[in-house]
Amino acid sequence: MMWIVQFFMGLGIFFGIFGNIGLLRFPDIYTRLQASSKCSTTSLFSIFIACMLLEGFTPMTGRILLIALFFLVTGPVTSHIIGRHAWERGVIPWKRKKVKD
Amino acid sequence: MKKLVLFIVSFITWLILTWTVYLPSLLIGVGVSLIVSFWFADIFIRHPQNFFQIKRFLYLLLYIPIFIFYCIVANLDVAYRVLHPKLPIEPGIVKVKTELSTLTGRVALANSITLTPGTLTVELTDDGYLYVHWINVKAIDVEEATKMIVKKFEPILKEVFG
Repeated sequence: MMWIVQFFMGLGIFFGIFGNIGLLRFPDIYTRLQASSKCSTTSLFSIFIACMLLEGFTPMTGRILLIALFFLVTGPVTSHIIGRHAWERGVIPWKRKKVKD
Repeated sequence: MKKLVLFIVSFITWLILTWTVYLPSLLIGVGVSLIVSFWFADIFIRHPQNFFQIKRFLYLLLYIPIFIFYCIVANLDVAYRVLHPKLPIEPGIVKVKTELSTLTGRVALANSITLTPGTLTVELTDDGYLYVHWINVKAIDVEEATKMIVKKFEPILKEVFG
């Protein structure tokens, strides 16, 4: 049982780290939003699942499940709002500069 | 009808949060759910008769594994693009069309698109178009892009929220 918990915890940390690296490496606001929104949701979910398995069948499990559900609804909406604001302000998506060989 | 739906939902939420069958707690839950359902029923749900169709919940159960699968693929995709030294991205914004008519369905579709590989919903218009930021643009055309982005989820979401 313990190793499953450790696996999900590790998965959460793994995706969290990649989300943050993406936040630093990607060039413009939209791509950064992509990295952060996806990875934060999945890493949080992995950690929630690990917590649920660690708790077993106790009152806390249902509460964690509810938090996860609310996060699933609100998490993408926040990145949607930021992206929409940038789009309305007229931020143009980044384009790779063509380099002559 | 609307009030009944919101009452059921909020009372179930209360039961999960408290996780007890202690009588005073249950009574407080009923009272709070009644107040909430009388105040907010109109903004919570628009077509309450849809709530009582078991078919929709079954399709929702079917939707969850598909969604989780695409979510994991999305993360591996982002991890690959982040770690690749040359940063293999070709971003752009495309316009796609959805046939979903209800607001909840469209929001669910927008959220699903945001959490799936390489796409992020930027704008949702009233006449059923979504502007999607795509990290690796493969098709600029509305039809092609719709086929590649929306068609993965639309059939099931149509059954759930339709």
